[in-house]
Parts: sequence; structure tokens; C-alpha cells
Amino acid sequence: MSRRYDSRTTIFSPDGRLYQVEYALEAISHAGTAIGILAKDGIVLAAERKVTSKLLEQDTSAEKLYILNDNMICAVAGMTADANILINYARQAAQRYLLTYNEDIPCEQLVRRLCDLKQGYTQHGGLRPFGVSFIYAGWDPQRQFQLYLSNPSGNYGGWKATSSGANHASAQSLLKQDYKEDCTLKEACGMAVKVLSKTMDSTKLSSEKIEFATVGQTKDGKIYHKLWSAEEITALLKEHDLAKDETTEERRARHDRREGK
Amino acid sequence: MPEVLLGITGKDFTLIAASKAAMRGATILKAADDKTRQLNKHTLMAFSGEAGDTVQFAEYIQANAQLYSMRNETDLSPSALAHFVRGELASSLRSRKPYNVNLLLGGVDPITHQPSLYWLDYLASLAPVPYAAHGYAQYYCLSLLDKHHQPDITLERGMELLTLCADELKRRLPIDFKGLIVKAVTKDGIKEMPFDNDKVVKGT
Repeated sequence: MSRRYDSRTTIFSPDGRLYQVEYALEAISHAGTAIGILAKDGIVLAAERKVTSKLLEQDTSAEKLYILNDNMICAVAGMTADANILINYARQAAQRYLLTYNEDIPCEQLVRRLCDLKQGYTQHGGLRPFGVSFIYAGWDPQRQFQLYLSNPSGNYGGWKATSSGANHASAQSLLKQDYKEDCTLKEACGMAVKVLSKTMDSTKLSSEKIEFATVGQTKDGKIYHKLWSAEEITALLKEHDLAKDETTEERRARHDRREGK
Repeated sequence: MPEVLLGITGKDFTLIAASKAAMRGATILKAADDKTRQLNKHTLMAFSGEAGDTVQFAEYIQANAQLYSMRNETDLSPSALAHFVRGELASSLRSRKPYNVNLLLGGVDPITHQPSLYWLDYLASLAPVPYAAHGYAQYYCLSLLDKHHQPDITLERGMELLTLCADELKRRLPIDFKGLIVKAVTKDGIKEMPFDNDKVVKGT
């Protein structure tokens, strides 16, 4: 029955729903979890990387965390291919703003630009919506550190802590439970790995299964963003006693890989 | 060129002054012309150049600044506006009929409250400056300001410097520019300052 309304993004069903948009949201809830936590001195983004095959090269670039601008990064939940289009668009929009005004684009404006594009695909015929949710972390002089979440419908909102992807409901309730107002970035990082360890299938985490990034401020007031290396993630996991114990074999294999053998 | 535009920054303000005469050739058409436009709560732009171009361009910039404020519920900073204006002048310069407009753009930053002043000309040059002048006024006033300007002066001292400049212009500029209209930009907004234009200055 619903097939009459499924095939077009532009058409409401009799009970007032847009099925294609709902399907896109459904697609996202099967993707790896991504979470973001706002601290008083920075923001942390963490994402689960689904390891599909042993043969897949793992140490290539980040696939769920991206830099949008000098003052902004984002985490992706959903279809990476769709995300690439939007990220490219966001980077261009940010650079165009920089060219026009010689200032970094305010965070909310960049989020809104992307959401306007996403919204367009829920209305114009013949196209499917983007199957991605983003969690944005950024800083601007007007509103300091900010965290946003956007979804395929083109809606967005500002959050103190938020999640997207598989198990996002349980991640969200864990965040709600554990979140402390004015926590530090370090505490937020700890909270992020704890939440991820509970929402992910495997009990023991490893740097191959998660990606980590932070936005913060240096002592002299400069804003930085950092995508964490495997070593830094492992150290964080060890600190919170969530790291998977590496067998001797695995350690040797990793060592060999680095040596280029 | 006979139009006078002056700008001075101080500790917590930016002053902009513009001559009140609207001229066409040797004729004065109006003696109470306002050659400034307010772009947003804390940014003011003064303009001179070809009649018609000036107001058209200034109001185009003003409309864009206001559109931005309305869309984004926040104002562009003076620096952002100055760079935007420079971009517009640069693309105009390379069009079939470029705008012939020279500008001073002054304001205080809405967040840091830092005062700033930008000097722009029709060739799309942009320079952030502590004090500035356009047209013939440059020849008479910049030397005065070189000597007397200090970055941390008060608004009262700023007005004194403007009086100094106005006296010098009356003394040496062989054109009656009909006095100055003076506006001050502070963190509280833009207001017109009382300025004595009736003072008679004897030639040397």
C-alpha cells in the first residue's frame, strides 16, 4: 500500500509522512555509532568504525571524522559516499565565506548551509535524500564551543552531548546519565570511550574500531582540532581500562606492518 | 576630491567626519548633505567620489549588511564588512562600468569592543589605519594627525583633533566645504556629535 508513496521523496503519505526521509533515518540507525560531547574547554567527537574484513587496509585515513574548516570538524553516521558530497560542499561554503569576509564562517551558519541542501533533497522530485547524519563540533567568537546534530530531513539542533547511528537511543540515555555541566575535555574524552564501549557490540575496544577527534584551545587562546592517532586512542583506552589485550602475534603483525615487511 | 572625509580611532571609539557640501562642478547644491550610511549597530561608512555612484554603492552595501543581520541574527564585524566591501569594489573595478567611490569604514567590534577604521578607495585598496583621510583633506590633515594622534586617546581628545583638522582645512583649502558632520561609533552604537562649524578661522 505504501509503495504508491515510497517512490517519490516529494509526496506525503495520507497520514502525513515522508517515507523516503524516514527510510534514510532508518539507514543511519544501522551505521556505526558516532557521539559528541561538549566540554567547557573543548569538544570531543568519537565514532565507531565497522570493521568489515580482515583484509581491508585499516590504517588509511579517517573515514568517519572529517575536518570542515579551521574551526570545525564533524563526525558522520550513515552512508560515507553521501557524506563525501556534503563535506565537499561544506568545505567550499566555508572557504567562500572566508574569501568574502576574511573571517571563519560562524558554526551555525555552516550547519544551516548544509541543512538547506539536505532539505532540498526532501522536496525536489526524482532525488533521494542524503543518507547521513552529521555531528558537528566547532568554535566561533560569538558562541564559543558548539555541538550540532543534523539529519537527512534537514533539521538540526545544538546539543551538550549527542549521538547518532546504531544504538543511538541507548548512547543518548547513557550520555544523559553521565553528562556533567562544565566537565573538562579530558573528562569528556573518558566519558566518550565509556559510552562507546557500552553501545558497541564488542566489549573490548581497540584503536582499529574507533576514531577520535577533539576541538580545543591552546594556552595562548588559539583554536585547534586534532584527529587522534592509533597510539593516542590506545593510550586513552588503556587509561580507562577498556583496551583489548593485544596477543603477542597481533603485536608482531602490527610491528611488521609498520616496518613495511 | 573637494569632499572631506576624516576618520580617527581612539581607546574605545571611532570618529568619522564628512563635509556637508554636495557639489556639482563649482556649484554647491546642498549645504547639509550626509555622506555617511550606518551599516549595522556599530559600523559606519563614509563615502566620496562620483555623484550617483556614491549613494548607490553605499546603500547597496548597507542593504547587504542589513540582509546579513536579518538572516543570521548577528551583525558582521567591521573587519568582515570592510573585506566584503573591498571584494565588491574589486569586482566592480573589473566590470564594464566601475563604481568611482572612496570610503572610510569605522566601527567597534561587537564582541571585543575594539575600535577599528578601514581606508578604501575605488581601486579596491584596503588598509586598516589608526586615522585616515580622503581627497584633498589628506594633504592638510594627515600631518596634523601624525603629530597629535595617540592610539589610546579619549573621545573628547578625538573631537579636539577633528577641530584642529577642520581649522586647518578652513585656513588652507580654497573651497568652502560647508563644515563637517561628525559621528562617533562606540560599543553603545552610533551617534552624531555636536560640532561647531561656525567658527571663523583667519588665513595665515
